[in-house]
Amino acid sequence: MTIIDETAESPAPDGAQDAGRPLLEVRDLHVEFSTRDGVAKAVNGVNYSVAAGETLAVLGESGSGKSVTAQAIMGILDMPPGRIPKGEILFRGQDMLKMSGEERRKIRGNKIAMIFQDALSSLNPVLSVGYQLGEMFRVHQGLSKKEAKAKSIELMDRVKIPAAAARVNDYPHQFSGGMRQRIMIAMALALEPDLIIADEPTTALDVTVQAQVMDLLAELQREYHMGLILITHDLGVVADVADKIAVMYAGRIVETAPVHELYKRPAHPYTKGLLESIPRLDQKGQELYAIKGLPPNLTRIPSGCAFNPRCPQAQDICRTDIPQLFPVTEQDGGELAGRGSACHFWKETIHG
Amino acid sequence: MAELKKTDESMDATPNVAEVETVDAASEEEAVAAFDAPVSRGEPILQVRGLVKHFPLTQGILFKRQVGAVKAVDGISFDLYQGETLGIVGESGCGKSTVARLLMMLEKATAGEVFYKGQDITKLSGRALKAVRRNIQMVFQDPYTSLNPRMTVGDIIGETFEIHPEVAPKGDRRRKVQELLDVVGLNPEYINRYPHQFSGGQRQRIGIARGLALNPEIIICDEPVSALDVSVQAQVVNLMEKLQDEFNLSYLFIAHDLSIVRHISDRVGVMYLGKMAEIGTDTQIYDHPTHPYTQALLSAVPVPDPESREGRERIILTGDVPSPANPPSGCRFRTRCWKAQDKCAEEVPLLAVPERFKGSDSLAAHESACHFAEEKDVVHAA
Repeated sequence: MTIIDETAESPAPDGAQDAGRPLLEVRDLHVEFSTRDGVAKAVNGVNYSVAAGETLAVLGESGSGKSVTAQAIMGILDMPPGRIPKGEILFRGQDMLKMSGEERRKIRGNKIAMIFQDALSSLNPVLSVGYQLGEMFRVHQGLSKKEAKAKSIELMDRVKIPAAAARVNDYPHQFSGGMRQRIMIAMALALEPDLIIADEPTTALDVTVQAQVMDLLAELQREYHMGLILITHDLGVVADVADKIAVMYAGRIVETAPVHELYKRPAHPYTKGLLESIPRLDQKGQELYAIKGLPPNLTRIPSGCAFNPRCPQAQDICRTDIPQLFPVTEQDGGELAGRGSACHFWKETIHG
Repeated sequence: MAELKKTDESMDATPNVAEVETVDAASEEEAVAAFDAPVSRGEPILQVRGLVKHFPLTQGILFKRQVGAVKAVDGISFDLYQGETLGIVGESGCGKSTVARLLMMLEKATAGEVFYKGQDITKLSGRALKAVRRNIQMVFQDPYTSLNPRMTVGDIIGETFEIHPEVAPKGDRRRKVQELLDVVGLNPEYINRYPHQFSGGQRQRIGIARGLALNPEIIICDEPVSALDVSVQAQVVNLMEKLQDEFNLSYLFIAHDLSIVRHISDRVGVMYLGKMAEIGTDTQIYDHPTHPYTQALLSAVPVPDPESREGRERIILTGDVPSPANPPSGCRFRTRCWKAQDKCAEEVPLLAVPERFKGSDSLAAHESACHFAEEKDVVHAA
């Protein structure tokens, strides 16, 4: 690991960071929360990385720790009750968890920005959208109110809000759901960050609007060559835009794979069950396969593999040993790039 | 289990009660009796004709005057057959939830009729209305807000028997509630627990048990699984299908998730801005859609299979749904439609089998409200 000296402030020219080194690397991250019922272990050793121009989709159900990981990266976890007992979050090789609050503030918004799920509750209802967009420029770049407003209009144009100049003084409630989500995207884009984390960006939207917003996001990502972490529970949305996928369950990554591979040949029983439990639009199925049981309580995660009580293949070893993320290979041992499965029986799952 | 089945006592119900116009005491008796008559499978149990709901927009405080109306539902007609599932899909704001509330008589319709077993229930009140409501029950969307947090599960499900004591005598209620919990796959010992002690999927099961309590014939499900996780969604959908077979229920299944609707429905209606755009069997709608809105809606659904997706054509609509307070003239979809011509602005297209498909036995021959209806498969890869 060579440490390339880079002051956080100097904007790297496009493509300079491409030389094989990931933009962001999360290593063995743990997050826990103290609650009345004990310590809830929300994230238990997550590893992933994103390169510039790449889209990583983090897939998981509610409570799987996907959003908490994102909040830890952004540095917006509530601490306490949250705590990061272990782990590293490297942004261009520098561990953000060791930085001072001031340093992190310079990265937040400037280098890493976030798009939240519910645009209506993420925008301040008593301030105009122009003011809220302009805040990015006033705070980070010290622009005047007038300059900031001009920049806001430019941004609203870029995310294709019609009649931006006329609408800059409107309030969030005057926009439709899709338009509000565009404003959220504009806000994240404002300072042209290197990495955007989108936490369920289209979950609250209708399908026709969802398609518009995802297209816009993909287009802007290409244009600015940004890294994108897309957090979602929707297997369909992921299939559309992601390059690689990390599936999370009970605070761990249970499977990683390039997008096509995952759908064709899942290597973890949980992923397999998820794929089989969604009804298909293009064919009428019989009874749906349902994963039995419920996701585990995070204060009492089952020993061994957290999925074992719900797993049809579980054996004794699954109740005692926590499976590591094994590299997944072809039947003849041929390498499958980027694939991993945290299952003792991944061979049986993928090849059997 | 057997107690839950409907007892068909009054087979000799008077036919043709639909002619009852004014609801006096005698006809009320008749009406109530008629609701117990069974409907054979495949016959319409609920017929909706020209249903309209306008919410007035008013101005002024003391002397309110109406300045307009939000046309949430603007003339909808469809039939629900005994034992079938009719799916209603559409974007938010298209009026699908208002339809549900109108059928439950939770809102008063501005115009139009809803015939339940041949009887217009929009005009009913009092005892007759109560009898209808017993037979039409509802399962709500959000299991976190539709259950009273201060009541135990036993009270929540048992409350229905307070309102309709004829279904279960007082001493029998607790056992009945436990039976219902068992039917929906919950432990009967959970009867004294509170809603917060359950997960989302379990709460939705409680909601379903409450809907089943009165042995209804129709259950109106307003987005019953959209608040649930993927792995739990499948469990609840399977449960609902099982219950339908067991109790011979008819479902009106409202959802925005087109894949789930295809899975569970026998027929599907597509709504846009308060009107029905297209209605037909699931194969007709999904594999042979003829209305441009249906085609756009289907093509926008992300398919969890990157390979089949690559061959699909995607139609991305521009703009948002117009305001229902001021809908476009003629066809309501014309502002976002790529086929729109002058005719679309002038003439409201009627929901009917398009002229060009009349008499043909192709699957495209189903009701579609478009002047330029044309078949196009957008779901399958080319």
